[in-house]
Amino acid sequence: MEFVVISLLNGITYGLLLFMLSSGLTLIFSMMGILNFAHASFYMLGAYFAYQISTWVGFWPGLLVAPLLVGAVGALVERYGLRRAHRFGHVAELLFTFGLAFVVEEVVHLVWGKVAVDYRIPVELDGTLFTLFDTSFPIYKGFMMLISVGMLVALYALLTRTRIGLIIQAALTKPDMVEALGHNVPRIFMLVFGGGTALAGLAGVIGGNAFVTEPGMAAAVGSIVFVIVVVGGLGSLGGAFVASLLIGCIQTFSVGLSISITDVFALVGIALPAGSQVARLTITQMAPVLPYLFMVAILIFRPRGLMGARES
Amino acid sequence: MKSPLFNRLALAASVMLVGGSACAQVKIAYIDPLSGPFANVGEAGLKGFKEAAEILVNQKGGIMGQKLEFTGFDNKGSPQETQLQLKAAIDQGFRFVTLGNGSGAAHSLIDAVNKWNARNPDKTVLFFNYAAVDPTLTNEKCSFWHFRFDANTEMKMEAISNFMEKDKTIKKLFIIGQDYAHGHQVAKYTKEMLAAKRKDIKIVGEDLHPIGRVKDFAPYIAKIKASGADTVMTGNWGNDLSLLIKAAKDAGLKARFFTYYAGGLGTPQAMGAAGENQVIQLTEWHMNVPTKNTEKFALDFNKKYPGVWFYYLRVNNMVQMVAQAMNTAKSTDPKAVALALEDMRMPVDTGEVWMRKSDHQAMQPLYISIFSKADGKTVKHDSEGTGYGWKTLATISQRDSQLPTSCIMERP
Repeated sequence: MEFVVISLLNGITYGLLLFMLSSGLTLIFSMMGILNFAHASFYMLGAYFAYQISTWVGFWPGLLVAPLLVGAVGALVERYGLRRAHRFGHVAELLFTFGLAFVVEEVVHLVWGKVAVDYRIPVELDGTLFTLFDTSFPIYKGFMMLISVGMLVALYALLTRTRIGLIIQAALTKPDMVEALGHNVPRIFMLVFGGGTALAGLAGVIGGNAFVTEPGMAAAVGSIVFVIVVVGGLGSLGGAFVASLLIGCIQTFSVGLSISITDVFALVGIALPAGSQVARLTITQMAPVLPYLFMVAILIFRPRGLMGARES
Repeated sequence: MKSPLFNRLALAASVMLVGGSACAQVKIAYIDPLSGPFANVGEAGLKGFKEAAEILVNQKGGIMGQKLEFTGFDNKGSPQETQLQLKAAIDQGFRFVTLGNGSGAAHSLIDAVNKWNARNPDKTVLFFNYAAVDPTLTNEKCSFWHFRFDANTEMKMEAISNFMEKDKTIKKLFIIGQDYAHGHQVAKYTKEMLAAKRKDIKIVGEDLHPIGRVKDFAPYIAKIKASGADTVMTGNWGNDLSLLIKAAKDAGLKARFFTYYAGGLGTPQAMGAAGENQVIQLTEWHMNVPTKNTEKFALDFNKKYPGVWFYYLRVNNMVQMVAQAMNTAKSTDPKAVALALEDMRMPVDTGEVWMRKSDHQAMQPLYISIFSKADGKTVKHDSEGTGYGWKTLATISQRDSQLPTSCIMERP
């Protein structure tokens, strides 16, 4: 029981962080049709910016300023990079973001070095929030959840309750019509790209000190956010939310299961040959690969994802 | 008819030639991760080697008047990259290489060195291993061209299991490790040795996680907690250890940790007060082992490189032994150096290091210590500015640490 509750809490915390990352990605994809390979790089930039700001004026200003800075960088990238690449089609865009990820990583190497930086949790948030079955739950995890949920609510309100949200939604499906009505669609695209990257930046600000701020952090989450976007359904914010929590829980719970593949097959009545290396693998050992298996299964059985609106 | 340009080029060439011979050096290639998840470990090691070469060799006359120098080659922790970096080092004229991080990389390097030496008997290369602890490197896979300066996992687990044998508070043990040769071996020897010495200890769980990829160990800690373990055995190193202990601290896990590497590279900072009387390590040295020279060396090092803490005494031992072997052999030819290193006995600050001839495994005193509050007396120095340092619980003499080897060495 204790294990289930604690794992659930861990899974939800991790899932919410993943959602912050993937929400920006899925927003950008649904609006602009761009699969932004550099999305996780903006997550990394958020962490490094926040670290830099925290060494000057502390954590709290960084929480606000770092995502804005990342968003500004994102907007500039869209305005002067992607918009040009767009003229040459989707492949050019894809390659552009792919290259951008490498550029960002090298810039981080040059500016902050190859070694992890000492970006720490502020002392106010270092401690125990509550104790459940004598396992303590850190304040910082609660804080992460709060920020993620707050962001989800704000994003939902922005998209459905405000004028700009209406225009964004309209531009999603009928960009020509929106343009004909006198709205500056390219500027909306720039804002969405900036906003999406700012969300990734925010995830970096709170994820960087919860885990490790290092040049490899973008690559570490880069592939998993794509899994979420595919599983949730390309372009679906609700889908990304469900998929994030699902992947977060899959990862935490699979670590806890010590049963082997042989046991799993035995459950459905198939006996695997004893002594095979693969058959002896436990679910724990397979934990890192499970989200990808899940993605493959989704692509086979439900290509549009859990809540995706379209087939491709 | 000579052009001014030609004259200048000739002058430059002659300056380079003269300059080259005047600062002839003994160069050792340091092949270890200088980027990626273990960059901090690799960087700290390289600083240690450079400092040791400067203070312990170059300021004391060098090697036959030449300076000893270490150059970093980034293998990113990968076995494939290790071979490329070895090639690069050989192309640049290096005849000595050292590597420590990751038995996978060490296996790759020992194979590559053996192959190279078989094909190029006139340009042999020698491999000094300062930290890769896979026992096979000095048993089944032992090589004349490989010397290990750290105790291997079998020796370490022998010492730790002897200690556990006497500690009756241990009832349920959980083994967690990185999913590669080293983690597998720690698990294997822990189970084997405890089965022989303490049948009553129950192994309540055994987990291997991907190396360098897990950033949040909370799920693993939840599992350890659910298993009811009172003790955890881990061979983790670098961030894999710091993050594991940090997650244990966050979740309030009250189990004791037996480790190889909790003494440095950021782990003490990750533990802080939560590690008090909870974390135990086995090392060849720690800051509160009374020593003549190392204490000052370590304090100077910490002052010179803020944020990096002196950690590897075996790096100092290795540098001194290699320098002495070269001076004794009056040669920097790898084969002559290897022959001089074999069977060498070197008095060091903690006693004596003996390089056993039969398998090229160094034998040295080992210490088991526990993380305790610094009190200025037995725990004179704290670790990484935490206010907590290491207190010796047991000392294993050089003789007691020796185990038989199955090595059948091919000698050139």
